[in-house]
Amino acid sequence: MRYPFPVGKSDFIQGDEAIARAAILAGCRFYAGYPITPASEIFEAMALYMPLVDGVSIQMEDEIASIAAIIGASWAGAKAMTATSGPGFSLMQENLGYAVMTETPIVVVDVQRGGPSTGQPTLPAQGDIMQSIWGTHGDHMLIVLSPSTVQEAFDFTIRAFNLAEKYRTPVVLLTDAEIAHMRERVYIPKPEEIETIYRKLPQNEEEAKLPFGDPHGDGVPPMPIFGKGYRTYVTGLTHDEYGHPKTVDAEIHERLIKRIFRKILDHKDEIISREEFMLEDAEIAIVTTGIVSRSAVRAVKILREKGIKAGLLKLNTIWPFDFEYIEELAERVRKIYVPEMNLGQLYHLVKEGANGKAEVELIAKIGGEVHTPMEIVERVVG
Amino acid sequence: MYLKSAYEIRDKYLRKDMLPTIFCPGCGIGSVLQFTLRAIDDLGLNQDEIVWVSGIGCSSRVPGFVNFDGLHTTHGRALAFATGIKLTNPDLKIIAFMGDGDAAAIGGNHFIHAIRRNLDVTVILINNFTYGMTGGQVAPTALKGLRGTTAPYGQFENPFDIANLAVSAGANYVARWTVFNYLQGINSIKKALQKEGFTLVEFLSPCPISFGRRNRMKTAPELIRWYQKITVPLAKAKKMSEEELEGKIVIGEFADRDRPGLVREYQEYIKRAKKMMGWEQ
Repeated sequence: MRYPFPVGKSDFIQGDEAIARAAILAGCRFYAGYPITPASEIFEAMALYMPLVDGVSIQMEDEIASIAAIIGASWAGAKAMTATSGPGFSLMQENLGYAVMTETPIVVVDVQRGGPSTGQPTLPAQGDIMQSIWGTHGDHMLIVLSPSTVQEAFDFTIRAFNLAEKYRTPVVLLTDAEIAHMRERVYIPKPEEIETIYRKLPQNEEEAKLPFGDPHGDGVPPMPIFGKGYRTYVTGLTHDEYGHPKTVDAEIHERLIKRIFRKILDHKDEIISREEFMLEDAEIAIVTTGIVSRSAVRAVKILREKGIKAGLLKLNTIWPFDFEYIEELAERVRKIYVPEMNLGQLYHLVKEGANGKAEVELIAKIGGEVHTPMEIVERVVG
Repeated sequence: MYLKSAYEIRDKYLRKDMLPTIFCPGCGIGSVLQFTLRAIDDLGLNQDEIVWVSGIGCSSRVPGFVNFDGLHTTHGRALAFATGIKLTNPDLKIIAFMGDGDAAAIGGNHFIHAIRRNLDVTVILINNFTYGMTGGQVAPTALKGLRGTTAPYGQFENPFDIANLAVSAGANYVARWTVFNYLQGINSIKKALQKEGFTLVEFLSPCPISFGRRNRMKTAPELIRWYQKITVPLAKAKKMSEEELEGKIVIGEFADRDRPGLVREYQEYIKRAKKMMGWEQ
């Protein structure tokens, strides 16, 4: 297979470009999108690459159509992705829920910008954390990943596809304008260096007849893609194991939704990824995600120089959230600080996890600038 | 045309475990479904190579009753989903079963853009001037003066003429019939299914329970008689003045052309891209 960019070597590229290249290497062959700052470069790169790898890149009439098209593509057998920013992500929420309900593997990239509404198109923010987790209606479960470097934007994109395929679920790659537009050195592996997962397909008629059952006991049904003669009916309505609508049956609804939760929560340990920095003996913990993590690393070093035992917990997976881990952390430390580029979204999750075992303090910053290390240090020193 | 018995069609194409349908007595969706299945049968199309897509509403429940791959999506979005299916696997033939609200209101933008792209899909559109499943609210196709639960004093807005909208947007094939134009309907669907690009067959369909009841037409026969009164064949309409056509709906074949479909255009685009990059001669 020939790739339209160099593989097996490093390149100096933007976060958006890294996401596009990673998607191609992960096997993505369908991209539908609608231009929006600061996510447009993902689309532009996909438009350039996709025809060369016999994939599809199409500019839809809006974001609603974009996510709809990738869901359709996924049922026709493709690994599919769309990318947008906050306002577009809001429009996608209806069909994001549809993807959850129909257990369709897709990857949705949300490059956050200042909001609400059209807000600050060109400036970074972390205001979509709650939207990515709870934006669509009803009880639902999905996976949200958050990179903090351009290399991570690349690596997490591949992981997003693998998780989507493995668990038949939409995965949100939640990044921000700072990473999207920053250029950094990124290692682009050869295809044989990366692990790529493709969804479980039905092995026999029996399995194909249960597109929403649980034949393997892991909560993840094999996905009978269209055109293989299985005659699968897919609906966003509450449905039984066969896919038949059963909208007023409480038991069937509960069984379906709880399995959608279970297939992800039972594999939490595999899905959740985090990094710790100087946290072993820490008395002060800083919990971050995304771009702010990088200021926090420096802040921890400065605090250590000042004799304060600080440590950092960087969350690579935002959802599912490891509440138990945060509680354990809260038992070990005196205080937890949560610097984030919004008025307190991750803070609520951390506070709930801490469960009163340690004080949790928000270091909020909005307006379009990343926290400087000193801003974090000053709050900790007091 | 030799007509097979309805039992044969039912047994071959419907999911027996999903019957009975949810449709009310006198509803026209069953008739249109039968026309579509007869067209498929007559053409001898492969059941495993057809995908039915739909949005929300009564007409959108059809893919659940037929034994094909089917995607029952969100309100108005059927054609956007179809775009992904078709471009991923061009071997699949796509039938979109849609309602008037689906196509002309919430999905209006997807509708015109799917036509502009000439997406290879056959749209079977049930137009009954109302939101039947939701309880008889007024649809954007409702003629002035028609009543719905959200226009209790009679519709005051102008209606959309879906077929003409599709012609202007560039559809390859557009026809409109009422459900009692049995043969014309089946023939139009057959023609639509054989063509490349976007094809649309619109049916004026009775909805006695949600629509007729509120407009002094409580039964299907009353609605059918009313459709007979308000419809005018295309040839006749050409000789009529604008005043004479006021409140009338023209039926017939509105467009039949052969512009290249989206799939073919995209395949050409791939070739062009590889050539421009020097990957291929």
